[in-house]
Amino acid sequence: MYSRAYKTLVSAPPLIWVALFLLLPYGLMFAHSFWTVQDGVLVHDWNLSNYQKLLTNSLYAEVLFRTMRIAASVMLCSLLLGYPLAYYLSFHSGARKELLYQLVIVPLWVSYLVRGYAWKTILGSEGILNGFLQYFHFTHEPVSFLLYSPFAVVLMLTHIYTPFVFLPIYASLEHIPRPLVEASEDLGASPASTFFRVILPLSMPGLLAGATFAFVLSLGDFLAPLLVGGSSGTMIANIVQTLFGATYDWPLGAAISVSILLITLTLLFLTERLEKRWSFE
Amino acid sequence: MSSAPILQPTSADANAPLLEVRAIAKRFGTRDVLKNISLNIASGELLTLLGESGSGKTTLLRLIAGFEQPTAGEIWMSGERLDVLPPYKRRVNTVFQNYALFPHLHVRDNVAYGLRVQSVPKNEIAGRVDDALKMVKMVEFAGARPSRLSGGQQQRIALARALVNRPQLLLLDEPLSALDASLRKQMQSELKALQREIGITFLFVTHDQEEAMALSDRIALLRDGALEQVASPREIYAHPATAYTAEFIGQTNLLRGEICRSIATCGVLRWPLEEADAPARFSLRPEAIRLCPDGRRQTNEVKFRASVRQQIYGGASELLEVDCGADQLLRVRLPACGPLTGEHDFVFSIADAIRVAD
Repeated sequence: MYSRAYKTLVSAPPLIWVALFLLLPYGLMFAHSFWTVQDGVLVHDWNLSNYQKLLTNSLYAEVLFRTMRIAASVMLCSLLLGYPLAYYLSFHSGARKELLYQLVIVPLWVSYLVRGYAWKTILGSEGILNGFLQYFHFTHEPVSFLLYSPFAVVLMLTHIYTPFVFLPIYASLEHIPRPLVEASEDLGASPASTFFRVILPLSMPGLLAGATFAFVLSLGDFLAPLLVGGSSGTMIANIVQTLFGATYDWPLGAAISVSILLITLTLLFLTERLEKRWSFE
Repeated sequence: MSSAPILQPTSADANAPLLEVRAIAKRFGTRDVLKNISLNIASGELLTLLGESGSGKTTLLRLIAGFEQPTAGEIWMSGERLDVLPPYKRRVNTVFQNYALFPHLHVRDNVAYGLRVQSVPKNEIAGRVDDALKMVKMVEFAGARPSRLSGGQQQRIALARALVNRPQLLLLDEPLSALDASLRKQMQSELKALQREIGITFLFVTHDQEEAMALSDRIALLRDGALEQVASPREIYAHPATAYTAEFIGQTNLLRGEICRSIATCGVLRWPLEEADAPARFSLRPEAIRLCPDGRRQTNEVKFRASVRQQIYGGASELLEVDCGADQLLRVRLPACGPLTGEHDFVFSIADAIRVAD
């Protein structure tokens, strides 16, 4: 058995870390959300006016809904890309499995910013895609809806988060004992039927984890809308950033942050419940 | 086990074999796993594929189930070519080595799986699943998850899940190897009784020769991807065709010698044998050798004198290792007889020295 002193010594650093860099900031943020700013000065006067503002000013609700819509679209698109990819790699790629796996992982090493700017170059009015469209006379002038739109944000975030969706799905697919697939076919199930009755249910934990990654990470993203979103693609994190920066309204920013945090925590709680329901160890 | 008329096989032509394996070969890369295997299985038969690991027995089973494609040859079942069909179109079901029960489905849904995917009417499914669970005495576990069941219970569910589909042929891939010894013995007799009762043809894969002897109507012994001998347990034990078979099935003394002018000579042992001159090997089972207290032998017997080297007491019988001189050692199984030492006379019947090929 370990001595009491040893246990204290080992558990102290992580506890201090969590307290200092997690609990304290969250506590501060939570406290701020009940304060106000008057004439550029923070007033430590506890009230719910910030939350009232959020509920009454339709701008915030609108952006929040747009953000959730974008996050949901990113989640759906990365699932539609990531699941088939993971399925193919796990079940049908044969000897190329390792190579393909590395190819999926490699983009993760490239800086987020670089990938953002790459999309700018591709989608812009002087960009590669518009050049291509005009060269083949699909259009006569640059198509403008490509860049600076929610579409561009969804595209870029999908590109960035698909590997995050792919990884947990791939792991759960690799975890499925192959005799189960054979047993299903042995009992008369076609490959399609086997997929929906055995493979999909058994990969649900991975699918849920991947979906949560994509949704939650997109929900809090502010770089993609900044780079390719334009005004119609503004997301809630951009508002928070502005409130903490130029506008200098930390309390309102904190109130929005707390709201997003609550949404995220609820979501995590729900998916964890679901994941438990779908695990059969 | 209760009678379940619902599980009778749907077609059974008494004359033609149910399954015909015709000149099947299977190669993985550069390795020939199966070499030109031809084998017929009669309807209602329990045939065992017996062999060491790597002998190709599981591969042959997987070819019949459809999980592997043969490199050459054909497989036919009741007049239909089987090897060109995907696994889900074959009227064959498999009991897998580690059962392969679906972890996300309850026992009842595991058993109902095959019926559901083949769109059997709902009201019929419930009855057939109940019958199958009754047959393996697992009715009270219908609502459990497989992970909550013991190995033996999972085994029964795997069996029910396969049999509920009324396959023409049931393939069993070492189904008892994961069970402990006493449970295995019990399941062996239950399997045998069940197979007799429902009359479905069983193809059983095992590496355990005792299990093969206990269960089978016929044993097909595989060695390095080729059939060594196919015969009933009694036939294969009493008349092994090759030295390998004689040693694999039960214990034996392999005698190496020659036949010369109608006399067989193996070391100090000699007996008359009307066969052409040639080097020869014989299998002599330990229990074929007896003590000969009065020193007199019959005309069809061979007598020899040997000293007891070692004696292993085994309850009902004793296993001796005796030295016939010139370092020729023989194993002798006697009914329990008390401690033996020194030299004794032994006899065996000439008919019990079975000539075997190499």
